[in-house]
Amino acid sequence: MAFKTDYSRVHGLGAAGEGAHHWWMQRVSSVALIPLTVLFVIPFGRALGGGHEAMLATYSSFGNALVAVLFFLVAFWHLAQGVQVVIEDYVPNKPARVALLMLNTFACGALAVAGTLAVATTLFGA
Amino acid sequence: MVQLTLPKNSQIRVGKTWPKPEGAKNLRTFRIYRWNPDDGENPRVDTYFVDMDSCGPMVLDALIKIKNEIDPTLTFRRSCREGICGSCAMNIDGGNELACIFGMDEVKGDVRIYPLPHMPVVKDLVPDLTHFYAQHASIQPWLETKSNTPAKEWKQSIEDREKLDGLYECVMCACCSTSCPSYWWNGDRYLGPAALLHAYRWIIDSRDEATGERLDDLHDPFKLYRCHTIMNCAKTCPKGLNPAKAIAEIKKMMVERVV
Repeated sequence: MAFKTDYSRVHGLGAAGEGAHHWWMQRVSSVALIPLTVLFVIPFGRALGGGHEAMLATYSSFGNALVAVLFFLVAFWHLAQGVQVVIEDYVPNKPARVALLMLNTFACGALAVAGTLAVATTLFGA
Repeated sequence: MVQLTLPKNSQIRVGKTWPKPEGAKNLRTFRIYRWNPDDGENPRVDTYFVDMDSCGPMVLDALIKIKNEIDPTLTFRRSCREGICGSCAMNIDGGNELACIFGMDEVKGDVRIYPLPHMPVVKDLVPDLTHFYAQHASIQPWLETKSNTPAKEWKQSIEDREKLDGLYECVMCACCSTSCPSYWWNGDRYLGPAALLHAYRWIIDSRDEATGERLDDLHDPFKLYRCHTIMNCAKTCPKGLNPAKAIAEIKKMMVERVV
């Protein structure tokens, strides 16, 4: 038991001086995802029924590949930001919170790089 | 994860059914949360029957009648009985309300009354609001000035005064904060809608000279940014205010400082 005043308990470690950037970037990435999702889904959806060959043909085009890479980077960045908020909201246990926040960063980073590499491989025909 | 079930000693049990008043023809059933810190028992829900022919129209009227005529141990806060002191905030029929201005005709069936959600209970319908009040104090709810005090008064235009409408009316009843899931999960660090509405009330006061410092103090992922515009606060506010909008305005000002 700690004998702390209510005032001291409320103030805690003080204001972090953070939050506005994260909040703003969530909005920026949301806005970016509106056109990117449409531009990504249309060619991807068309190629989906055509098998491997159609997919290769679609992403051999520089424009489609560019949109796909931008979509992967922004979408997984946005996902990381959103999941971070969910973890902060619902995981009060400190070690678990820190571990999950790290896992979130690593997983979203890895997925963004994986998507980018897949498109790059197709585009450059490696 | 978030605790979704009550610990064993907090699980609510079926309580006592109090006798019906003799000769009453127009009875209404009340199911009221009871907990006494002194008897070591679990909380329970007692059932009372109130003669509506000799009772006022508001939920508080019935509570006072129960306390006077049926069970003097029933404990609740009340003072002004006209929605201005904020004392009788409680959870009625699943929503946070001021018992004194919430009519029983708005409830269908039995009237279920619990203390404000997710707060420590002192006794029966009385929640412990110590932390809630300390959060309010932490936003320094008073005029902060640095200029020399004017000989007569700090002047404010009619337009600037109008900006405080919809904010100054808050009576600190805690209905909003205790209806907010973010406040339930992170109330130790998240200031909650009531304190943040008051913070905004001083941030946009044209006479206040500590706007920047006030924003600095709120610039924190937990103090401010736990608000996800769930809007329970605006839905439940017995005074019809919109704390979520005030919080959104603070967030906009935060961005204004960098963009």
